[in-house]
Amino acid sequence: MSAERLAELSDLFVVAAVLLYVVAMVGFAVDLAFGRTRLDRATDRATDRATDRAADGEPVEARRPVAVGAAVRDGESSATSEPASVTSEASVAAGAGAAEAGAGAVGTASGPTAPNVPARAGTVALALAWLGWAANFGALVTRGLAADRWPWGNMYEFVVAICFAAVTAFLVTQIRHNVRFLGAFVMVTAALGLGLAVKVFYTVAGPVVPALDSYWIAIHVTAAIIATGLMTMAGVSGILYLVRGDGASRLPARADLERVAHRAIVFAFPLWTFAVIAGALWADRAWGRYWGWDPKEVWAFITWVAYAAYLHAKATAGWKGRAATIVQLVAFGCLMFNLIGVNIFIDGLHSYADVD
Amino acid sequence: MSVEELERKRAPERASFGPVAWARWVWRTLTSMKTALILLFLLALGSVPGSLVPQRGVEPDKVARLYEQSPALAAWYDRFQLFEVFTSVWFAAIYLLLFTSLIGCVIPRTATYVRELRRKPPAAPKNLSRLPHTAAFETGLDDGPAVEQAARRLRRLRFRVVTGDGWVSAEKGYLRETGNLFFHVALLGILLAIAGGSLYGYRGNVLVVEGDGFANTVAAYDRFFPGSQVSAESLEPFSFQLQDFKVAYQVTDDKRGQALDYSAHLKVNDSPQAPARDYDLKVNDPLEIDGTQTYLIGNGYAPVFKVTDGKGQVAFEGPVACLIEDKATMTSGCVVKVPDAQPSQLGFLLRFLPTSVPLTDGNHASAFPGELNPEVQVLGAFSGDLGVRSGKPQSVYELAEPEVLKKLKPVLMGTDMPKPLAVGQSVDLPGGLGKLEYIGVKEWITLQMAYDPGRMPALLAAGTAVVAIALSLMIRRRRVFVRIAGGRAEVGGLTRTEGSATGFAEEFAEIVKVLSAAGDKDVR
Ligand code: HEM
Repeated sequence: MSAERLAELSDLFVVAAVLLYVVAMVGFAVDLAFGRTRLDRATDRATDRATDRAADGEPVEARRPVAVGAAVRDGESSATSEPASVTSEASVAAGAGAAEAGAGAVGTASGPTAPNVPARAGTVALALAWLGWAANFGALVTRGLAADRWPWGNMYEFVVAICFAAVTAFLVTQIRHNVRFLGAFVMVTAALGLGLAVKVFYTVAGPVVPALDSYWIAIHVTAAIIATGLMTMAGVSGILYLVRGDGASRLPARADLERVAHRAIVFAFPLWTFAVIAGALWADRAWGRYWGWDPKEVWAFITWVAYAAYLHAKATAGWKGRAATIVQLVAFGCLMFNLIGVNIFIDGLHSYADVD
Repeated sequence: MSVEELERKRAPERASFGPVAWARWVWRTLTSMKTALILLFLLALGSVPGSLVPQRGVEPDKVARLYEQSPALAAWYDRFQLFEVFTSVWFAAIYLLLFTSLIGCVIPRTATYVRELRRKPPAAPKNLSRLPHTAAFETGLDDGPAVEQAARRLRRLRFRVVTGDGWVSAEKGYLRETGNLFFHVALLGILLAIAGGSLYGYRGNVLVVEGDGFANTVAAYDRFFPGSQVSAESLEPFSFQLQDFKVAYQVTDDKRGQALDYSAHLKVNDSPQAPARDYDLKVNDPLEIDGTQTYLIGNGYAPVFKVTDGKGQVAFEGPVACLIEDKATMTSGCVVKVPDAQPSQLGFLLRFLPTSVPLTDGNHASAFPGELNPEVQVLGAFSGDLGVRSGKPQSVYELAEPEVLKKLKPVLMGTDMPKPLAVGQSVDLPGGLGKLEYIGVKEWITLQMAYDPGRMPALLAAGTAVVAIALSLMIRRRRVFVRIAGGRAEVGGLTRTEGSATGFAEEFAEIVKVLSAAGDKDVR
């Protein structure tokens, strides 16, 4: 296929991804708004939910003697026949106990006879999200083939890749832990991100300037993109955390949101550290100094310090919860400013944005 | 109340808040987690003006422009060292406090950590069912051997194990704290490496025209920024000649005119005695000679001119490096100064068009950055004292200071001669003042030389930091207890770290599977 055809195909893939994300978002929203899926979760997904919760230093619920007592008794009955299976049974039961004793969200588990339309909407949404993910992936691949290089050489490609990374972060997390409650918000973020990329940052596929023509782009930018994707998921959780009040709500429980955000940042922070250092190595190759306080470098540093502050806040008495979430969102704001603001408002050596 | 009485009344208070107590209070506060958090905030906040206000070390020209445009604002910026945020006193105060706090934090934590490493895991609690993760199974053994078997199996899973009467206590994940400590120490290492590099390293820029050479001496640099411990003798004595410089451009599509590759062909002598070798210098691929790196950072055109003065003597001949006015088309502005011309000095303002095309209005412009049709427009020619010998420093890109320029006599203006010169053409000045010939085109490159002995240490420290922070964040400290009584084993587990306990449930299940496996074979 010719480069032009591939580039056109890439643009089509982006549009498809946006549409799929939007439809998936609706599905997730239905699941969230009308769902009796809390019940669903409390039985099917109890294992990982409850044990996560317990393992996350929230042993209060899990320690409830009733729940655990039941677990052990359950285990006892079948212990003789198959010892190894004990644990799973035990933790399912313990999990159910913990989940029930948990936040208000779990409390909505009632009315088991209603036809489970919202849950099905959620499942369909998940499938659509994967399709959108595939389209997003296709957009990146065809773009890379069209330009014959790594497909993150300018702002447009960078934003498309970050949306892809954010959705990937969500879907991969979803495989092991039920974070479906985030779906609608991650989808809307990705759809808006892609829309912004197409409407504001679009550039035709083509070669990059020699300074960007280096294997370091694969290392440095890829790490930055993955970290940004994870931090975007954390940012979405953080915003929801603040939007949601205390008490019962359609929105996911605060503890869940906080946990998702923290987990994402725990992965993202070392990656971001690595990305910044790889950037310094590249700068050392390209510009003759590994750190020169170029605006992009300044903001990468600010972002890094801000996320370090978040991790510290998580470990500081009196700063957990709301305060830590605010710190996290400030850090996310710095990340976004570095991504968009610095490229547009401040010119420096990193002016690869290629935005008219 | 007498003074003495007052003194006596205050005495106990002072005893509790004497200098030692104060110092201790300050130290405690400084090394508290909350202070670290606030200092981190300040560090981030303090960096912000560094990206919004032009920095002297990065964009000196913008700083100068700000001084011209709004001197009052510039003066205020200067007062707060906002043109040098990252070397300012207040920024240094923030990070020095932060790092003091860091040291004050790391030392006691290291001591605690070493003590913990030596300490054995605590005895198993009485009631395991209160732990977040629990399970139970029948051992099928007598209790003594069952305890031993559990201990053996946990050891095989690389737990640190202690046994007691009917119980086993095991712990692992000490690397977490190791990672955390190494990370914080590595940050100190990075700071020291940067400081060392800036004391013992240097940086310099030079512009070289095709055919010219460079020898690494202080005098050869256009700009030179030595660290305070750098002397002229410490420069590596290499030299090279720029044989040829080439740029490849995209010629089709929307991206027409975009540079694709720069390549400078050098003949390099690693030392005065060493034989010359060929080297292709490219972007992202510096020339390294014994720790000194040479980078290709810019390029432009240097048309070659010959000026014959009013007396028929050749007063100037050679390439003139032009300043780029438009990056997309490489339209460049050139200045030719001929202080040796007789009877009066001459100066020319020219515009270089690498790919000159006529416009409909009769003017000319460059349509492409490569030299497909390199032509030169004469914008003006002047005679009179250029002030070159006044002793004042002069820019080679400026004909003269405005006040000097006013006194010069214009002999030719661009409007008189809109058609540009092609290579080989010349223009005669009116009044027999002389002649300017446009002989050919060369290119110039700008190079940056950098010697930074802190590079490698900084890289090592940074690498350590990445590995250590990953360990610190990913590893969880966890404990597993087993109580055995009457052929029945109860297992309990917990993680000791908040947040990063992802997936301990799975691991716990796995551990219980290993522990409860039947028979003597210690399955995995
Ligand atoms: C140079 C600035 C600093 C940076 C960039 C930094 C960064 C970090 C990061 C990213 C973590 C998370 C790792 C983890 O949770 O294990 C962390 C943890 C920690 N830091 Fe720092 N830090 C700095 C200074 C300090 C200072 C000054 C102190 C002492 C007052 C300190 C004490 C701690 C402690 C106690 C933890 C462990 C928290 C926990 O157990 O989760 N740090 N630091």
